[in-house]
Parts: sequence; C-alpha cells; structure tokens
Amino acid sequence: MNAEQSYEIRLKVNGETQQITAPARRLLSDALRGELGLTGTHVGCEHGVCGCCTVLVDGAPVRSCLTFAVAVQDREIRTVEGLAADDGELHPVQEAFKECHGLQCGFCTPGFLMTACALIEQNDDPTEEEITEAIAGNLCRCTGYQNIRTAVRYAAEISRSDKT
Amino acid sequence: MTPQSFGRAIRRTEDERLVRGRGSFTDDAGSAGLSLTMVRSPYANARILSIDISEACEVEGVRAVLTYSDLPGRLVEPLPLLIPHPSLVAPRTQYILAKEHVRYVGEAVVAIFATDRYVGEDAAERVIVEYEPGEAIVGIDAALGANLVHDDVPGNVAADHAEHVGDVDQALVEAPHVLELNLDMERSMGSSLEGRASHATWDRHGRKLRIQNATQTPTSVRFAVANILEIPDEQVDVFAIDVGGGFGTKVIHPWPEDILTAWGAIEYECPVKFTEDRVEHFISSSHERAQRHQIKVGFDEEGRILGLDVDFVHDNGAYTPYGMIAPLITATQLPGPYKLPNYRVRFRSVYTNTVQVTPYRGAARPHAVFSMERTIDRIAAFLEIDRAELRRRNFIQPDEFPYDLGMIFQDGRPAIYDSGNYPELLEKVLAMIDWDDFSERRSQTPPGRRRGIGVACYVEGTGLGPYEGGHVRVETGGKVQVSTGLASSGQGHHTVFAQIVSDELGVPFEDVEVVTGDTRRFQYAVGTFASRAAVMSGNAVAEAARLVKEKAIQIAADALEANPDDLEIVDAQVQVKGTPARGIPLAQVAVLANPLRYSFSEAARAATQFAGAGDPNEPPIKPGEDPGLEATGWYSPIRATFASGAHAVEVEVDTATSEVEILRYCVVHDCGRLINPLIVEGQIHGGVAQGIAGALYEKMAYDEDGNLQNASFMDFLMPYCTEIPEVEIDHLETPSPLNPLGIKGAGEAGVIPVSAVIAAAVEDAEGFQINHMPLFPSELHEMRLRNAEVSQ
Ligand code: FES
Ligand code: FES
Repeated sequence: MNAEQSYEIRLKVNGETQQITAPARRLLSDALRGELGLTGTHVGCEHGVCGCCTVLVDGAPVRSCLTFAVAVQDREIRTVEGLAADDGELHPVQEAFKECHGLQCGFCTPGFLMTACALIEQNDDPTEEEITEAIAGNLCRCTGYQNIRTAVRYAAEISRSDKT
Repeated sequence: MTPQSFGRAIRRTEDERLVRGRGSFTDDAGSAGLSLTMVRSPYANARILSIDISEACEVEGVRAVLTYSDLPGRLVEPLPLLIPHPSLVAPRTQYILAKEHVRYVGEAVVAIFATDRYVGEDAAERVIVEYEPGEAIVGIDAALGANLVHDDVPGNVAADHAEHVGDVDQALVEAPHVLELNLDMERSMGSSLEGRASHATWDRHGRKLRIQNATQTPTSVRFAVANILEIPDEQVDVFAIDVGGGFGTKVIHPWPEDILTAWGAIEYECPVKFTEDRVEHFISSSHERAQRHQIKVGFDEEGRILGLDVDFVHDNGAYTPYGMIAPLITATQLPGPYKLPNYRVRFRSVYTNTVQVTPYRGAARPHAVFSMERTIDRIAAFLEIDRAELRRRNFIQPDEFPYDLGMIFQDGRPAIYDSGNYPELLEKVLAMIDWDDFSERRSQTPPGRRRGIGVACYVEGTGLGPYEGGHVRVETGGKVQVSTGLASSGQGHHTVFAQIVSDELGVPFEDVEVVTGDTRRFQYAVGTFASRAAVMSGNAVAEAARLVKEKAIQIAADALEANPDDLEIVDAQVQVKGTPARGIPLAQVAVLANPLRYSFSEAARAATQFAGAGDPNEPPIKPGEDPGLEATGWYSPIRATFASGAHAVEVEVDTATSEVEILRYCVVHDCGRLINPLIVEGQIHGGVAQGIAGALYEKMAYDEDGNLQNASFMDFLMPYCTEIPEVEIDHLETPSPLNPLGIKGAGEAGVIPVSAVIAAAVEDAEGFQINHMPLFPSELHEMRLRNAEVSQ
C-alpha cells in the first residue's frame, strides 16, 4: 500500500499562520500536537466525548479530535497556549483554575479552560445553570468538578472586575 | 519571618505550567521516530491457529511487524508476577504478545512499529489472525463452573485464603441472633483521562535508554525494563513528568508496550512511542471491583457483634500480575472501626476471560466497607435500633489504641490501628447532616419522591512501607532542590513536599523546587499507591531536610565561631538565635560546604570571607563527610498508619424513573495532621465523585462472549459535572504516632465508603434491602418489582 496524498494546509493558530503538510485524514488535534508542537491540547478519548481536546474555532468550542485539520484552514483557532496575554499575564480562567484548585493531574484542564473561556468571553455573569450547561460536556476524573465550578464562577468575577 | 507552610492552603506550584498548556505528559514527547500499534484479540478465549502479517508489512511506513515467535531473549517469558503470596496457588501473567492462546478481548497479539499511528492502524487492519474460539468464562458463576480459563488451573482458583481471630463457629452458635447477607458489586475501572503511554529513546553514543512513561512507579519500570532487556540498570532512565491520572492502573508494570517501546528504541535506533487510545484503555488496562460476599453475623440484644463470618469470591480476570492484593485488602479492612472479637474471612480469587483486575483507587476497600456497613444496618433494622446508635455500640474506643486486629495486613505486618477517634467522627458527620431531624425533612418529601438517609464509617490502612527516600540539596544560588522517587499524577506532591522542606529547613516555600518520579534524580522508590506518598516521601524529605539543616548549622558554626546549639535557620539564613545580624545566608553555607570554591557567583565570592584557613593538618573533607550542602533521608515505617472517616448522605429517589438524586453529601475525614487542606479536600472531592460513579453509573458491561460492550465514553457512563453534587467536608486531626509529621494518607479515602452510604440511604428511602451495587435506575426498578412481588 502506498503512502496517501498529502496536502498543504494553512492553519491560523493563536494569531499566527503556519503551513503544514499532512494527509486529508489528519485530525486537528494531531496536527496541533504533532505538526505544530502545541501539546497543550490533550486527547482523552478520540471520539468526541471527553472534551480534553477542546479548542476554539472562531470563538466557539470545537472538539479537535472530531475535526480534520484541512477543514479549518484559515479559520481562527485558539488553543490553551493562546490564552495568556502577550506579556504572559494569565487569562482570568487560568488565574481562577489556579486559585481555586480547579485542577489536579491537569489532563482535562486545557479543555475546561477553553470551554470556560468561550463562556466567559460571551457572558461574564453566568448563572449556575449556564455554568453547568457550558462545562457539562467535559469529563474530569480527578476533581469531582466542585472546584472547577468554583473556578468558572471566579473567572467570571475576575473578568468583570477587569472591565471596571 | 516566613510563616509556617505546613497546614496552610497554599496554592499549588504545579498549576502555573499546567494552565498554560506547558505540561509534559508522555504523549507530548517528540513525534519523531516510530509509533507502536497493537493488534488485540477480538476473542475472550481462543487458540491462535495462524498469523499472517505479509500484507501488513507491505504498508508504506511500516518498519516491523512482530508476533510472539519474533520476540528475542527474555521477551518470550511471561510478564513478572509482582507480588507473590503463599495463598496465591496458581498465579498467571500474560505474555508480551500472546503465545498460542488469548484469554480476554484486548490481549496483545501483534506489535506494529510504523512511522505514525495512522500508518500503524492501516497495517493493523491487514494483519490476519486465525483463531479457534472456545467458550468464554465471564462472571463469578461461570468461573465457579466447569470450564477453565487456564487449562492447568483447576476450578479457576488463583488464590484461596483464610484468616480468623477468635472462635467464630462457637460465637455464632452462642449468639442470640444470627443474620445472613449476600452482597455483590460490579466491575468498574480507574479510567484516568490520560491512558497508558511510554516514549523510549536510545542514545547510542551515551548508551542510555531514556523512557518517559505514564507510570506511578518509575523506579520499578526501570528495573523491569533493564531486567527483561538484559541491560545494566545504569543504562536505563525512567521518568514520569506529568501523568494524567493513575488511580492504581498505572502502578502495574511493566505493560507489554513498556517493554516493546524500550526494546524497539534500541533495535531500530530511533524513538518509539506508544499511546493507548480510549478503547484500548477499556479493554487492555486493569479493571476492579467485581466481588460477591456471603456474610453470617451473630449479635446480642444490644446489637453488639459477637461473631462475623465472611466468605467471598473475587473475579481477578484473566491474569494476576499484582497477585491477590485486592481481595486481601477486603479481608483485612472489613472490620473497619468496629470491634470483632470473633472474625473469620475466606476468599477465593478466580480467573475469568476478562481484563485483569488490579487495585483501583480504594483498592477493594469499597467492598469491605459495603459488606461491613450493610451488615451493621441490617442488624439495626432487625433490632429496630437507630443505625448511628448501633455503630456507637460497636466502635473501637479512642482509649483502645493501638488496637490489634489480630490479622496480617497487606504489607505482611500485623494490622494494628495506630490512632483514631471513631465516635467523634460519627458525631460530627451526624451533626453535619442533621441526622436527628431527618424524620421531619422526610415528612416534607415532595410527591413522587422518596427520601432516605445513610451513614457509613471506614478505616483505611495508608502509608505502607517498605520505604521511600528523599534528597534535599541547597544550591549555591539559594534554591533548594528536592527529589523523591515516587511519581505524581495530580496529588500536588510538588507543593506539599515543598511545604514540608520549607518548614524543616527554614527557607521560604518559593525557594523550594521539587522533582518526583525521575530515576535520574532519585533511584530507589516504591511508588504512588496505597495512599502512601505524603506519609512516606513526606517524612523522607523531612528527614533529608533535617540532615541538611544539621550540616548547615555545623558549617556555619565553624564559620561564625559559634556553638552549633546556639544557631537556628530563619528565612534561609543560619544565625545566632534571635540575632539576625550574626548570620550567614544558607546559599553561602552551600558554597562553604564545597572546599572547591570557584566563584561563579556573588554568593560564592561573598562566602569566601567566612572561609577560615582550616586546619592544615586535616584534609579539607574529613572522614565521614561529603562535599555539598545536601543529604538523603529515608523513611521506613514499622507498619501502616490507619486513616478513617465517616460519610453521610441524604437522597431522594424518583418513584417513576427510579433515579437517585443526592441532596446532601457530608464527609468527616481524619488523615492525621493536614499538610495542605486545599489539596486534601481536592482529593476527597475527586474520591467521592469516583465513588458516586461506581455506586450509581459505572459498570463494565460484558456480554456472555466476553465482549466489553461499553468500551467507550459514549456507553461507559463516567459522570459529568451534572451528576456530581457538592461535597461538604470537615476534618478531624488525630496525629499518627508512627511518623514524626503525624500524617496519614488521604488519596483514596473519598471513594471508600460511597457505595456503602448510598446503598444505606436508598435502602432507607425504598424500605427494601439493597444488596447489589451499582444502582442504575434500571437495576433499582428491577429491585422494586422483585420486592413488590415478594411482599404480595
Ligand atoms: S479527545 Fe476529543 S473529545 Fe475526547
Ligand atoms: S484534573 Fe485530572 S482529569 Fe481533570
């Protein structure tokens, strides 16, 4: 069996455009982690259920393990590496997860951070139901979710106070 | 002055990297080199008739395809049996690649080395294996039947073990009342979000095999790999930098893929990586929890237990790499906080054609507590005594420690409880959940709902030996480097060990940097399991820090011409007690500790002013001394320390859907002195969540042919945040007299009594006996129907 055809794919990740060469079936998760070395995005199930691989595509959370890299050419992709400000200052969600002990092993964390970031950037005063709704598609085996909820609440609080 | 670190809710040092996406998990290691893909058995019990790899070898990008007959040297042997035991009469472990026979769906049959996993999977599809399937033995009933998993293991019995204290037969004859219970629990698994993984590189010039491995025990992986590959230990380094959850599964070693990646890296002279996918994790990593218990209990009119007789069967799956540790823990932990003058336990551990069973967080204690607490509740119901009161009457009392159970614990030492206060735990949790006023709350239950309350207590042996070590070194730049051999998978070790060293040595917390699980830094260790890391490595690094402190004070005393007894270390400076003006920074003491004083830094230049001329008739390093301000400390306890706790839960059950809703979940936990309450509470949250998962949602759904039908997160119902309630926590701190820090383990506690307490609450709500876990709505519905029939 011969090697399959490869494509030039332009990926715009965290504001930077990069070119990779990969076959059509290369998953976005694998392209980010392998070709681009952005290993902050994790893969926990490869079937779209755990949420570890969540990245933002044009601001909306997307499962990168269910997305082909070639399908998101030229879209705005944001990963956990792109959360902090250019000067290194942590994004409110990062700050809050640290402060509230919202992570243990840290494997699910990038997925939660991206999911929470999408929520809070749209709505910095979410209700408890809205928080549940936002994170209810992400699995964590370590924390029991309690501190994750607290962290999302606190992230919203930080981002509100940042604006005032 | 730097405040004491021990006991404070210090934020974790681990998190900065992790929230920035800069963790270093095994699969993050370079993508160059080869990827290992396994072809696994689709049959639970079959003979391998032939394997055709020719087409797979043709796939472009495939470097090699191996079957059992291609394996060299010691790779042809079965994998090691890690923990033998005299009662383990027929241990069996699997081969790296199946030899002639497969015994569970998921067993490794063929190994493919290819440029990447995509190519590896293409090739895997082209491997043709011809099998002759036999009858699959699934579940305990089948295991006790006529068919065999291993032809040479009669009755499928891997282990048959019995222990007793007192005279149970006599006690049961004499007891005014005797009750019998049949209790069983289903399988679940740890299900860490990161699966197993290993990345091996071979440095041909330096002759070093470097292995990053998602393990809880890197030192043991190292010795295993070196032994099996027949290369010197010195040529192998193993490190676990970030591990995405372990929960016991990653204690097991070596896995076939650990050996194959290491071997492949040398053979093909390039990095080789294996990363398990989710389906593989379900069908080839360990499971736990399936056990069936028969219990006979005798008691008096007051509800005091006179005799307890327990006979149980443990389903150990197809192989026993970890021996019979899990059922042995059930056997010895079953008495919990209660006095059992006459106790007898016997178990058989039996083979089935399913994934191997090894300890999963809680490690067979959930069954022990489920059995004991169900028994207590049954006695209470029989005598119509309040369930809390019945517990009070049977508790070991605070003045009865040390309390000898009269049994041998899993560490081979007598099971002697070191300290605890069980009555107070119970009173606290009852007050928290407002036990006494429950009937009033029950009367307000909305229509269509039934309300119940339950309580459960447990004792957990933690901090098992044989030992851990720690190394502490003060750098001339002032940083304090700490290492210990066991690995971390989210427990916050870097933070808590830094807290301990900071206090012992008298340096700011921020100056302490910790490395765990790296054989390049520390070569001897046991590992992270049995809630032992904080107790073992915590006390070891504390000891190392004390030795460093002693040395620093000695050196500073010489330099300051002071009496060592008059010196102290405050804020990283060695000084005359209460006189900061007469002191030397620890960094400079580190310079003085090395007679070779190249002045690489300001500290080094400044330090030389303290360096006296020295005695010209003595060598610069005197006999028995070492250069450098560093030391290695060890902690090796005589036996385990026993933590304890009480959980209480209030539930509401839906009369139509049979769904169980948790209204309040309360925990009172005693793990001795708390190093960091934030981290301990995090461990409890996570443990309780896993307990709820096992009590209400998760099981391994095998069909009769041994196929795991729910081998995906789509079908295995691991809870999301929508299923897990808030957990209310309070602490009791009964120090352990066994170690200088007075600590006990906390990692597994949360999960242990959850099935027991939920069963109790649902039983209270429903009014019929709950003997089987988990309680899916469908299960509960069936139970209702059965009970309705019986009562008609
Ligand atoms: S890895 Fe994408 S959802 Fe699990
Ligand atoms: S922190 Fe480990 S899975 Fe969430």
